[in-house]
Amino acid sequence: MTRARILRGVSTEAGLLLVGIPVLLWTLIPIYHMFLFAISPKDAAFSGQLWPTNPTLRNFGVVFGQEHHFLYNFWRQMWNSIAISCATAVLTLMIASAAAFAISRLRMKGGRLVMNLALFTYFIPAAFLAVPMYKTMGMYGLLNNDFALILAMVTVASPYAIWILRQASDKLPVELDEAALIDGASPFQLFRLVYIPLMVPSLIAVGTYALLLAWNEYLYAFLLLSNEKTLTLPVALGNFLSADDSPWELLMTAGFIYALPPAAIYYAFRKYMSSGLTAGAVKG
Amino acid sequence: MTTATIAPATRRQPQPGLFGFALSPKQAWGLLFVAPYIAIFLGFVVFPVGYAFWLARSPQLYVELAKDPIFLRTAVNTLVFLIVAINIKMVIALFLSGFFTHKRWWVKVLAVLFVLPWAVPSIPTIISVRFMLNPEWGVINQLIFSLTAEDGPNWLNDPTLALSLSMVVHIWKSLPFWTLILLAGRLAIPVELYEAASVDGAGALHRFAYITWPSISTLYVTCTLLSMIFTVGDFNSVYLLTGGGPADLTHVLATLGIRYLRLDQIGLAMASIVCCLPLVLPLVFFMMKRLSR
Repeated sequence: MTRARILRGVSTEAGLLLVGIPVLLWTLIPIYHMFLFAISPKDAAFSGQLWPTNPTLRNFGVVFGQEHHFLYNFWRQMWNSIAISCATAVLTLMIASAAAFAISRLRMKGGRLVMNLALFTYFIPAAFLAVPMYKTMGMYGLLNNDFALILAMVTVASPYAIWILRQASDKLPVELDEAALIDGASPFQLFRLVYIPLMVPSLIAVGTYALLLAWNEYLYAFLLLSNEKTLTLPVALGNFLSADDSPWELLMTAGFIYALPPAAIYYAFRKYMSSGLTAGAVKG
Repeated sequence: MTTATIAPATRRQPQPGLFGFALSPKQAWGLLFVAPYIAIFLGFVVFPVGYAFWLARSPQLYVELAKDPIFLRTAVNTLVFLIVAINIKMVIALFLSGFFTHKRWWVKVLAVLFVLPWAVPSIPTIISVRFMLNPEWGVINQLIFSLTAEDGPNWLNDPTLALSLSMVVHIWKSLPFWTLILLAGRLAIPVELYEAASVDGAGALHRFAYITWPSISTLYVTCTLLSMIFTVGDFNSVYLLTGGGPADLTHVLATLGIRYLRLDQIGLAMASIVCCLPLVLPLVFFMMKRLSR
């Protein structure tokens, strides 16, 4: 190797590091800051140290034991979040896979129209639909009911889910359906026995998408639920902010706990997510 | 084989449908399968949107809206947010997507960590940023104090600074997603093109200008427009960081509706949303044309 080549190699590495280190800091600082609050004793959190002198898990104990008046319903709210996200994921999967099957496999008349209406819904910013949705839920008598949030989240999640599932199911060979129909399968049997098993990877991607969407949702949850016992975790965390005497270290601890499951789920299903979801976006 | 030929034959017989016209069984099944989504769509999209338009029908509302200085400020904020934040974000995403194509073990690890802002919920991280910016005990002003012995700015109390910081939070949150999309676009470019260019002695700039950019420019524009549509609806970055304050000067359209709702001015909330439809609908139709093929 000549000297010039070594020099060029070194400068490439240096250039990469020069990008990589700021990117790492930029990404991690807000998250690390949250973590630091969570493991610091009450007053030490503001000291500005990079690592607390006496790191403690006491805050986690307080949160899990619901020992502060902001946290009396922590487990209840955690349960609400879990139940609402799981219900959203299951309902979205059922509704979207059925719709995608009708549009893509049964080639139903008007399927294109349904797809376009769904896509249109996907592009309406969710914040615009929030206020009308709030009024409508009031008229339906669903305010402060978990179902209000579940239905709202299904409404928001299913258009994208249908779109992704339709693209995936367009790729399945037509001969499969024909063979099943010739064997005398009804469309419902075709759906349950042929279509669903073949679509499992896309269904995992879409289910994860709906689950995370509902778990992370703040705006709709905050509008539709207001009773302390029906709240989901993000709304409860948001309520911390409006009080003057908020225990910051507990807020950050609860926030940290709340942020863990979606991160874990995302990393667990990353393969499905990136192949299923980015494929849809890249196609455009 | 006999059953096989008979079965489709009986299937093909048209049956009188609900409204008297012929509906083949397959079409009927199709309707049945799509019915749950149609029900959701009618109940939770068509009805609320129709109701919103009905509430926003009075021209008086728009006069009132035009007189409200907060609405005008909000419209300007939204435009600034869209133009500045999205372009900065997309340029950084384009640049970083190039960085992540490098094959090093530590770049791979970094790519995994880099997705964190997108994978975690926004509320805890935005609150974390909000604490960092606290003028008295936030870590940023403490750092400024220990370095310069002077008090740092009151970050969220200055409308310009507060809106800029909302943009920073927005970029922090959504940069990973767009970087990954552009990265996927870059990885779809055949390697042979770059190899051929290297043999011909093309430098990094030339490779970008003549190979990378022509291949992903359509994707880049699509992403920018899509990001615009999504960002019009970005409630969290502004609401959770500034709450629209100070003095309601940092609202964007996504948060303004909620402010009117809180003041019990539903009509104004709906009217403010109707007002930005001329901005959003062309984008939406353009995107639909691109994506629904």
